[in-house]
Amino acid sequence: MIMWQMWIDMHLARYFEERVQWLFSKGLVHGTTHLGIGEEATAAGTIAAMKSQDYVFGTHRGHSQAIAKGIDVKYMMAEILARETGVCKGKGGSMHIADPDIHYFGADGVLGASAVMCVGTALATRKRKEEDRISVVFFGDGTSNEGATWEAMNLAAVWELPVLFVCVNNTYGMSTPIQDVMKDTDIAKRAYPFGMPAKTVDGNNVLEIYHASVEARKYVASGKGPMLLVENTYRISGHSKSDGNLYRTKEEIESWKEKCPIKAFRMYLIENELFTEEELDKAAKAAADEIEQAEEFAKASPEPSFDDLMNDVYA
Amino acid sequence: MKEITYAQAINDAMCEEMIRDETVFFMGEDIAEYCGAFGVSRGMLEKFGKDRIMNTPISEQAFVGAGIGAAMVGMRPIVELMFSDFMCVCFDELVNEAPKMRFMFGGKVKVPMVMRTPSGGGTGAAAQHSQSLEACLAHFPGLKVVIPSTPYDAKGLLKTAIRDDNPVMFLEQKTLYRTKGMVPEEEYTIPLGVADVKRSGTDCSIITYGRMVQMSLEAAQRLMEEGINVEVVDIRSLVPLDHKTIIESVRKTRHVLIVHEAVQFGGFGGEIAGQIADSEAFYYLDAPIRRLGALSCPIPFNPNLEKAVFPTVEKIVAQVKSLL
Ligand SMILES: Cc1ncc(C[n+]2csc(CCOP(=O)(O)OP(=O)(O)O)c2C)c(N)n1
Repeated sequence: MIMWQMWIDMHLARYFEERVQWLFSKGLVHGTTHLGIGEEATAAGTIAAMKSQDYVFGTHRGHSQAIAKGIDVKYMMAEILARETGVCKGKGGSMHIADPDIHYFGADGVLGASAVMCVGTALATRKRKEEDRISVVFFGDGTSNEGATWEAMNLAAVWELPVLFVCVNNTYGMSTPIQDVMKDTDIAKRAYPFGMPAKTVDGNNVLEIYHASVEARKYVASGKGPMLLVENTYRISGHSKSDGNLYRTKEEIESWKEKCPIKAFRMYLIENELFTEEELDKAAKAAADEIEQAEEFAKASPEPSFDDLMNDVYA
Repeated sequence: MKEITYAQAINDAMCEEMIRDETVFFMGEDIAEYCGAFGVSRGMLEKFGKDRIMNTPISEQAFVGAGIGAAMVGMRPIVELMFSDFMCVCFDELVNEAPKMRFMFGGKVKVPMVMRTPSGGGTGAAAQHSQSLEACLAHFPGLKVVIPSTPYDAKGLLKTAIRDDNPVMFLEQKTLYRTKGMVPEEEYTIPLGVADVKRSGTDCSIITYGRMVQMSLEAAQRLMEEGINVEVVDIRSLVPLDHKTIIESVRKTRHVLIVHEAVQFGGFGGEIAGQIADSEAFYYLDAPIRRLGALSCPIPFNPNLEKAVFPTVEKIVAQVKSLL
């Protein structure tokens, strides 16, 4: 069941983003969007190990995180196309996809901000004595250098809050390779000064991520305090629409396409005879259809009305 | 003269100053190979090398603070913030440190740092990447605030800002980066605190800056077709503010509309209105001072909603007409 879910989530994410990329190239998407093609296992594997009541904070590259958390891709696509039916009513866009109804507190445009707010949801959970509910924050390798990230780790640690810090390490912050901005690129060591455990996994191996996340959740939910998971992966897509890929080689990108997390997972599922080729293809096709329907739904949806403009500025 | 873009003008100003003065260096996120989010620093890494074109970690407090420190001991850093909205992440450095060091230390240090950052909306970047936050910067004595509206102004003002001995916030306009204009081939600078009358007129003054200058000029053009002759004053810097040019213009036209892209409520237009009201120009006014800024609303993603939030040529035209 879990494997099936991860297989579907990874496909939904891949197809969703490929479609957004295409729509973008046709000039149908306004603004900008950050795609995480190649990183799908991190979201699918981590969130599969969480419970639906857990709070999740995503990144600006968060479409796959929203999908794994259970967002309806129809409403996410409508948001990207700035429609009234969008999950944020057309007011947020790709960089702010969120759905608090499913405890997904979304993408944020200011790096580091999610980590500190995540400490807050964990604090509330503890104050209300809620058991078996943790708060998860995804952030990039680049964002791990942000002061707010360090402050969040310290506060969560010293207050022993149920926070799971998940660093999606794709080895670049925009165009900047991590070795240019970190003396020691072993990000897991950053947990050490806060007395918090850390684990590093292959971020293109969804099963390894899943198992590590199950263990991590168990630890965090037990009340011992936060934990850091570092998931090493690679962003195949450019940083955003303005990326000319001048900071990396074609060969490097190609070599990571070989390590595609979806391909690897497929091989595992077939070799271990967990599913047949046919079953997997059928599920992938269903995911593709769902994205196609989402696009149709979005395109058929109206633009937001001017009457709605000033709503939600204040509660 | 040659025709270049606003982005190129900024690039040229930085390059010329870096050649002229070796204490000038440039740092920020992804400014080297990536050339910044808007490609402003294209070619600079090749020209000046990694020691002077420095990619920083994503740590705004650290590198903005480091800029201040380096400036205190004789360097002239140019620091880029990828989007002006991120100034909030390093607000302490920009508010409590850079503008106050000289005064607090009895005039014994200076902070000759320029912070360049793309500001404003119109690109569909939504609520956290589209703001115009200049009014809050103008509020802090010790900080200068510059917003150029043309390639010519951008180059001349940036060169002056780099040579200035004070911290200068240089707010560039995202939607202007690709616009073109004529720039002299020989060296020139423009002093801070001198407004530029971009169009001279007799019936109403539009006091404005940044992206709204072009829109105001378009509005003036349309109004001219109806026989209304509008003057457009581009203040170019909020601090120092060219009080004299504003007052002279208002005395001449007896009507004034202040236009800015920032949220109208609490925006810099209130200050300009106050300056006019406190001056002798007040007695010349034939109508109340009018302001036009953005609605009190975070910037929405949807392009039509976004447009509805900001001033437009149509709105400017309507406001001027209602004044006369
Ligand atoms: C406070 C802040 N600084 C800078 C940026 C601009 N920015 C957006 S994404 C990005 C790179 C982030 O790198 P990383 O955290 O590694 O995540 P990735 O983009 O690789 O997924 C930068 C610099 C921002 N959004 N917020």
